[in-house]
Amino acid sequence: MPALLEVRDLAVHYADGHGGPVVAVDELSLDVPPGEVVGLLGESGCGKSTLLLAILGLLPRSARVVNGSIRFRGRELLGLGEPELRGVRGAEVSIIFQDPALALNPVRRIGSQVAEVVQAHRRWSGRRCRDEALSMLAEVGFPDPVRIHDSYPHELSGGQRQRVVIAQALACRPALVLADEPTASLDSTTQAEVRGLLGALQRRLGLAMLVVSHDLGALATLARRVLVMYAGRLVEAGDSARVFGDPLHPYSRGLLQALPRAPEPGSSRERRVPSPIPGSSPDLARLPAGCAFEPRCADRLPACVDRPPRETRPADGRQVRCFKYGG
Amino acid sequence: MVRLARRALHGLLLLIGVSALSFLLVELAPGDYFAEMRLDPRVSEATLRTLRSRYGLDRPLPERYLRWVASLARGELGYSFAYGQPVGPLLWPRVRNTLLLTVTATALAWMLAVPLGAWWATRRRGPVNAGLAGVTAALLALPDLVLALGLLLLALRTGWFPAGGMVSLGHEQMAWSERVGDVAAHLVLPVTALVLGILPVLVRYVRAGVADALDAPFVRAARAHGIPPRHVMFRHALPAAANPLISLFGLSLAGLLSTSLLVEVVMSWPGLGPLLLEAILARDFYLVLGPVLASTLLLVSGNLVADALLLAADPRIRAAGR
Amino acid sequence: MEAEPPLFRVWGLTKRYSGRERRGAPTVEALAGIDLEVTRGSDLALVGQSGSGKSTLARCLARLDEPTSGRVLFEGMDLRELRGPRLLRFRERVQLILQDSATALDPRLTAAAIVSEPLEVLGRGDRRERGRQARELMESVGIPAAWAARRPFELSGGQRQRLAIARALAVQPELLILDEAFAGLDASIQAQIATLLQELQARHGLTYLYVSHDLSLMALLADEVAIMFEGRIVERGDVGRIFTEPRHPHTRALIAAVASLPAPSAPPAS
Ligand SMILES: Nc1ncnc2c1ncn2[C@@H]1O[C@H](COP(=O)(O)OP(=O)(O)OP(=O)(O)O)[C@@H](O)[C@H]1O
Ligand SMILES: Nc1ncnc2c1ncn2[C@@H]1O[C@H](COP(=O)(O)OP(=O)(O)O)[C@@H](O)[C@H]1O
Ligand code: SF4
Ligand SMILES: [Mg+2]
Ligand SMILES: [Mg+2]
Repeated sequence: MPALLEVRDLAVHYADGHGGPVVAVDELSLDVPPGEVVGLLGESGCGKSTLLLAILGLLPRSARVVNGSIRFRGRELLGLGEPELRGVRGAEVSIIFQDPALALNPVRRIGSQVAEVVQAHRRWSGRRCRDEALSMLAEVGFPDPVRIHDSYPHELSGGQRQRVVIAQALACRPALVLADEPTASLDSTTQAEVRGLLGALQRRLGLAMLVVSHDLGALATLARRVLVMYAGRLVEAGDSARVFGDPLHPYSRGLLQALPRAPEPGSSRERRVPSPIPGSSPDLARLPAGCAFEPRCADRLPACVDRPPRETRPADGRQVRCFKYGG
Repeated sequence: MVRLARRALHGLLLLIGVSALSFLLVELAPGDYFAEMRLDPRVSEATLRTLRSRYGLDRPLPERYLRWVASLARGELGYSFAYGQPVGPLLWPRVRNTLLLTVTATALAWMLAVPLGAWWATRRRGPVNAGLAGVTAALLALPDLVLALGLLLLALRTGWFPAGGMVSLGHEQMAWSERVGDVAAHLVLPVTALVLGILPVLVRYVRAGVADALDAPFVRAARAHGIPPRHVMFRHALPAAANPLISLFGLSLAGLLSTSLLVEVVMSWPGLGPLLLEAILARDFYLVLGPVLASTLLLVSGNLVADALLLAADPRIRAAGR
Repeated sequence: MEAEPPLFRVWGLTKRYSGRERRGAPTVEALAGIDLEVTRGSDLALVGQSGSGKSTLARCLARLDEPTSGRVLFEGMDLRELRGPRLLRFRERVQLILQDSATALDPRLTAAAIVSEPLEVLGRGDRRERGRQARELMESVGIPAAWAARRPFELSGGQRQRLAIARALAVQPELLILDEAFAGLDASIQAQIATLLQELQARHGLTYLYVSHDLSLMALLADEVAIMFEGRIVERGDVGRIFTEPRHPHTRALIAAVASLPAPSAPPAS
């Protein structure tokens, strides 16, 4: 089956005015097949949000796509004008941002903010858009959509607001939903709830999703395939159970070892704190000539400093970018 | 509602404070209306004393204040020595004229400032940005007085608009519709002066507010949902920017009112300005206090209107006011 | 010998927010009687669902909110009586980091200026010295010092969060209250900052009060956990004990909500 979203060799730079450009995304290729959930994880600042914004043409002015292609249903999105992009955004590809408190206009009622998305893409009467908004609110699990419809954002809890944002994103039945840390600002019980809702809606509506999250547990339950990003590039990809169970790339391994573990009684805190990956995050404006992870890598080989490793497929359905695997 | 009531109470207290303070200041200023007469050899000391005691000027200060407050309650607002009649009836037509001028100017200034500022906010680079920045900077640098005089000169040279006054000769004989047109033609000059004076300030604030709102995450979210730009502006950015702008509305009224007093004098608009000037020059105490009090009242009501608008515009403030 | 008073002692603290507009929402009792002691040099975590009152308690301790009733003593002094220079000193010694501290960074300032601003306000060190300290702090939270001239909007969400932490550390506080300060950071950076905080504690005897909904994260940071539910502390104890024998049903619910990886992560290949 051809992929719904195909990103090829994407490179995005930010002009930062303090020297060279910030290479936020580089040589990045990925596929999202129809109806499938793909997870994206990686260090803070490695370019995940930049990638999602680039797909929808929402990058800030200082950013520039310097290379690559982004195809949705075979149609090239890069280079589309604003009016064409507007037809894609929200209707065919939606995005859910991290903080629902910031994604809703504080001075407008919930209902009008959901109905407005429908109105932007359908030639329907105001009344019909409103009805659609109400049914969408019911669909994301509000037992009393009418009350929510008439509320203002500040009258809702964080979890309720994120449900509203999901309702907005799904109102026009897009085929693909991009989610940037959709549960990070919620508390853990609400997180579990929203995660469940997203999973259920995804299956019911047959949505394809690209989900960014630092919560590996959430990705493990939600995504079939996961991609690991480091310094703007994909360094590993594969079936989620296998990547989490047997990570190949040294960065992925380090990340998994840094996960907090449930403590045993009486264990001293020093023993509980997992070891972080040594060294500091790379400066994307001054990347080394070789592998970007090399300064922090315990497995480095002599070849690692010369040029960035290439992507290889060490096993069926797995990709990795590291000299250890022939890169 | 509680909030509005509280604000109204504050306004009332302010009014009382201003009245007491200005009464004190005017009283403490050296000389009075009758001091001038002393220079006139035909007026005897005795006559002066009688006059003074007739108008109660020989009483101690607190008593005079209380008497004045009592006359306020009767709507007289004290007595004008120069006009020989209570201040109240002198004041009301002037208040009406000043209101006509400032309300028209405020409405016009805001009607221009909002679209202009919003448009500017969407052009952060390029010729529009540079042009508007230059024009507003130039207007800001120009003192109000120079602006008013310049306009007056223009009107006199070209004769396009009546230069000064509020009505033409023979206004009384005109038909109703002609009268409206006549006043409107006279309004053009002072209103232009006022609008040009405050417009650059307002436009800059609107631009800053709307630009901030356009950078807000919810605006990015709206764009990500494919909401068309005009809705992003009118349904998201402007309502979100409204809050500080409404507070500015109250302030702009204050600014316009004080500039208006000046412009009225320059363009002989029969409002509070010329009356105040005349009263000050003549040391006509109570006639000075009248316009001061009336201006304060206008300001307080302007801010109350702004508060009411704020409540209507921002649900969070409604919630906090409980 | 007289025992040193605890850093904070809290008695019968309550906080009510009066009802909201429309639909006559009732008055919210955010804190319904809190008794709490925070000893110097400890790490305590307040854990609970959203709305359980954690942030309200944190704000009351930092004197950013007035309790409705009850008392908060800081080193034996009533918080309400702190005024003038003593209040300033208190503000310096007790720093609060919020999750939205990151969104509240001044967009006009550079990263280095954001971190050194509190030092400048307090008149500590000269310009060069402050700049050096700022760069050191940035490095310690994992932001390259070369980014000193960047502004907040040029940073990713997690980088802004770390900048906010560096800023709070700049004045060398004695107590740091971290309210959801780790949200949106990946595991490695969380571990990195946890290590940094522990080093600082070992060196300067800092006290930490963590506020979070994430029990598994708190396991890594704190020694002791207080579970909050509906404005009360329903359970308090050693982290290990809380995980292995939770007593309150709400604690069990919090543990159950943690999404865990299905398979245990493999040991590093040698
Ligand atoms: N406007 C900008 N100008 C310059 N650099 C930027 C800008 N926005 C982001 N960057 C840089 O680009 C890189 C990628 O940022 P991005 O927001 O995509 O990270 P992220 O992976 O989403 O991180 P997080 O998990 O912390 O949200 C970061 O190093 C960031 O500092
Ligand atoms: N400023 C406020 N006005 C009204 N209610 C508030 C305010 N702040 C908090 N609350 C309410 O108090 C309760 C506790 O809130 P909070 O302390 O923020 O919880 P937590 O930090 O545990 O999520 C919640 O019900 C919340 O809605
Ligand atoms: S390429 Fe070399 S330096 Fe990079 S991750 Fe692999 S082993 Fe480490
Ligand atoms: Mg991000
Ligand atoms: Mg909170």
